[in-house]
Amino acid sequence: MAESERGDPDQLLAAVQRDEARARRGRLKVFFGASAGVGKTYSMLEAARTARAAGADIVVGYVEPHGRVETERLLEGLEQLPFLEVRYRGITRREFDLDAALKRAPSTLLVDELAHSNIVEGEPRPRHAKRWQDVDELLDAGINVWTTLNVQHLESLNDVVTGITGVRQQETIPDRIFDEANEIELIDLPPEELLDRLKAGKVYLSGQVATAVDRFFRKPNLLALREMALRRTADRVDAAARAYAGDERSSRASLARDRFLIAVALDDQAEQLVRVGKRFADALDAEWLVVSVETPDMLKLGEEARNLRINVLRLAESLGAQTVTLDGPSAAIALIEYARLRAVTRIVIGERKRRGWRALLRPSTATELVRRGRGFDVSVIARREAPREPQRPDRVARPRPVRWERYWAALLISLLCTGVDALLYPYFELTNLVMVYLLGATIAAWRLGRGPASLTAVVNVLAFDFFFVAPRFSFAVSDLQYLITFAVMLGVTLAIATLVSNVRAQTRVAGARERRTALLYAMSRELTATRSVENLARVAIKHVAETFTGQAVVLTPDASGRLRSPRGTPSPASLRGADLSVAQWVFDNGRPAGLGTDTLPAAAAQYQPLKGTSLTLGVLAVRPTQRRRLQLPEQQHLLETFAGQIALAIERARLAEEAEAARVTAETETLRNTLLASISHDLRTPLAVIAGASSALNDPELSLDSEARGRLTATIESTTQEMTRLISNVLDLMRFEAGEVKLHLDWHTIDDLVGTALVRLDGVLQGHQIDINLPDNLPAVFVDAPLVTQVLANLLENAAKHTPAGTQIDISAGLEGQLVRVVIDDNGPGLPPGDAERLFAKFQRGRGERGAGGAGLGLTICRAIVAAHGGEIKAMARPAGGARFVFTLPTVEPGS
Amino acid sequence: MTSAMFLILIVEDDPGLRAILRTLLQAWPYRVVEASTGERGVIEARSHRPDLMIVDLGLPDCDGATVIREVRKFSPVPILVLSARAMEVEKIAALDAGADDYVTKPFSAPELLARVRAALRRATRGTDRLPLLRFGPVTVDLTARTTLGPDSNLHLTPLEYRVLECLARSAGMIVTQQQLIREAWGPERIGDARGVRSYIKTLRQKLEPDPRRPRFLITEAGVGYRLQLQEEPADK
Repeated sequence: MAESERGDPDQLLAAVQRDEARARRGRLKVFFGASAGVGKTYSMLEAARTARAAGADIVVGYVEPHGRVETERLLEGLEQLPFLEVRYRGITRREFDLDAALKRAPSTLLVDELAHSNIVEGEPRPRHAKRWQDVDELLDAGINVWTTLNVQHLESLNDVVTGITGVRQQETIPDRIFDEANEIELIDLPPEELLDRLKAGKVYLSGQVATAVDRFFRKPNLLALREMALRRTADRVDAAARAYAGDERSSRASLARDRFLIAVALDDQAEQLVRVGKRFADALDAEWLVVSVETPDMLKLGEEARNLRINVLRLAESLGAQTVTLDGPSAAIALIEYARLRAVTRIVIGERKRRGWRALLRPSTATELVRRGRGFDVSVIARREAPREPQRPDRVARPRPVRWERYWAALLISLLCTGVDALLYPYFELTNLVMVYLLGATIAAWRLGRGPASLTAVVNVLAFDFFFVAPRFSFAVSDLQYLITFAVMLGVTLAIATLVSNVRAQTRVAGARERRTALLYAMSRELTATRSVENLARVAIKHVAETFTGQAVVLTPDASGRLRSPRGTPSPASLRGADLSVAQWVFDNGRPAGLGTDTLPAAAAQYQPLKGTSLTLGVLAVRPTQRRRLQLPEQQHLLETFAGQIALAIERARLAEEAEAARVTAETETLRNTLLASISHDLRTPLAVIAGASSALNDPELSLDSEARGRLTATIESTTQEMTRLISNVLDLMRFEAGEVKLHLDWHTIDDLVGTALVRLDGVLQGHQIDINLPDNLPAVFVDAPLVTQVLANLLENAAKHTPAGTQIDISAGLEGQLVRVVIDDNGPGLPPGDAERLFAKFQRGRGERGAGGAGLGLTICRAIVAAHGGEIKAMARPAGGARFVFTLPTVEPGS
Repeated sequence: MTSAMFLILIVEDDPGLRAILRTLLQAWPYRVVEASTGERGVIEARSHRPDLMIVDLGLPDCDGATVIREVRKFSPVPILVLSARAMEVEKIAALDAGADDYVTKPFSAPELLARVRAALRRATRGTDRLPLLRFGPVTVDLTARTTLGPDSNLHLTPLEYRVLECLARSAGMIVTQQQLIREAWGPERIGDARGVRSYIKTLRQKLEPDPRRPRFLITEAGVGYRLQLQEEPADK
């Protein structure tokens, strides 16, 4: 089950993207030292001055001289950014101004004290909780940064340093920042010299108590720290050498790569285990997982224990582990199963001392693992003697109130059992009566919980003893074997009660987890069925708000890339008043911010970027009603998963929209091309006629008599008329399709319209007999006159072109409800075979059309015009032979 | 007045079309002067004082209605507009602004010349006696208010005479419904289109040989009416 990671295309792509990102990123140079006072800031400023003299654009972002004269002297002549004044609890402190730095955007910026924590609650509020995050943002913006750092600030070494010095280091940075730095310059100072400087007062130590300082600055400590710093720097060199030597070794190693599983319990050793895991993983270049198992015991633990778990898992994540929470009745089994699933090679677990009889009953997890874990190495890490007091997870009573009614119920059961037994006593042996009590106790355990069940058990025993065991009605026991009965009954009851309560607790947890998964699934399913981005957002908000018990909103950018609040009615699940500036930062930087993250952690909501495959599509903001909810790594994971799903769905919707637009464009293109092809063909023929006729007339060599000349000129005239009609049709149709036609409606009579059409077609209709049959009382129609005249003209022209000379064409009309029905009949050859509806499609030519031209659009335009008036047009064969065209026009104003 | 004494101003931007118009009109013969923009056209109208103007509605620099309004400030010269097929709105606007008639492009030469003649005729008629109107077998004398025809029962009401008169004064030219109402019913009456239509219909029934296919009383739907008479020989 171990995957081969060589040549995985996704990994390669990620590697390429990393390289590209790295090329754009600023370069980080860290002045690294074993402790405060070795002269890191001093060296940094000296180097800066040299660079500045050489002409580099180097600016001091933040260096606090803290009253040290040498430092102040070095600062002279260097451009310094103004400090950001942050007010907190009545005190004003000078901090680093990130926005000013980004605005100034020098080539290189000096930022002292990389591990410093920003004052999150101060005014104005800093963007990030930690200075290393500020530096990260600077690097992303392409600014080179120089900074200082002590070895004790490295997260993975934190506990070791604490162990050495006895002073707990509060401010740490993730190792990755250090590991990914471009250059580390080790500032080394022998401990004796450092102590001299300390005595001379040249070392600044922020806010530390004198005793602590004395404890810290002792020679053995300093030696140890110096060695750590040296070793860490050397490790980097080694790693660089390895990387330089190519990926050979790592690819070789990848096949046999170790994978560690660090099993943490909720005790004081958890943090130590995580750090140990980190060191193992670094040393062996392995992946590591930190797993916490929620056994039923754990579920009973109090608030503090839960906090502990959150912190431990977050620490693990920040050090680069994958964190997993399992549940199950037995930690060992759950761990082994999971380890098999993930192809773990080594399990690391802490020692767990079980005291007394418990150790006999249940072996510790470590022992279990060693026994059952075939195929894994198991390392048991001894507890380090930490000088502070061990924090035991308090087995606090469950926060639930005591349910007295259950205890009464328990007593009632005992009473009932006693009553039943009293009835049975004359007929049955005591052994059977015991069964009744057992049954009662079992029921109590099943329904009432441990406490009441225990009460039932005890009362049952007492009752049994008192009422039924000889001597009756006393608590003495004549036959000692009944003691065994009592013990067993009690034991069974307690066991059942415990079992039941465990199972119930587990079911609850599993149920909760299953519910969360089901929610994710439900959202995914609903998202796939949704089309538009607005609907997607609505669906997403609904599910996210439900899952995380709060409110949510999806913000999408407008055309200029600025996030906007969504329009449309908000649902109860919508988060209103999301901070758009925070969201914009998240959108621009592609990283989460807000509650539960390290950037702007004081915000009320968490803002997650919705990242598509190539760019960020929007931001999801979630405000849970319980702030703590999102601080659990698994909740965080869940939210990130949700965000991922939503992003995918939005991307899909966008792509669908683009595909649709492309399809429409393609269709329009096709139509236009067809139209052009048709027009060019249909224009060439009449043009050819005109060209031929006119050139003949112009030809001096051609001797034409007046009759011939007359014919030619007549041909030119009639052909141009045909071309006019063709071009009119095409232009009309194009305007209709472009939606550019506005109807100018007014009242007209059918006979007026018919008359106008006839005048227009005078020449074409010669040779045909026209019969007009319009009733006198026909009401006026509310139409656009030129357009309806066009319809009549097209229909008449059609009739004339498709019938031989002498054919009769009848025009009639009648009133049908609120419509006027106009009929144009001819008694010619009739319609071509097939579906009459086809005639109205574009580019359909009828049969036997005399003369080219028309491009088959005449009927299409008729339909478009009639439809625009709200009427209908149909073609049909006349029973007596010939064709009939019928269309309807409104006699009332639309809307009346 | 012989036609050679008439001066026609052509305001047309397309040189090809200008050339055709020039050829046609000069062949009649009329005298012709040309302008290629609306602005130029107004200037030429002021300086040359033509007897008729032909203005293309699709001028590049300003729309035809503007030119017409400008010219109407200083001259009652008859104006014919050339409009493209899809320019209904502009055509009606031009007529409202003071144009006298229109010709749709592409036009036929006889049609254009007929309208030119009709416009010039109206301008020169003034208070002359109205001629006899011949509707095929029926003849109408507007001055005497009598009709002559095979049907001795033919009788026209005074209002019908007035309608005919209005149309006859602009014989061959378009008369908008509003114009017709104004002249036949009086300026206080604001149009009821249906009323006018019914009068025209009645007139057709009385005068046209085939009322369903009118040859003389032509309706141009959406614009107005035109009385298309047989040409009088005195025009040439």
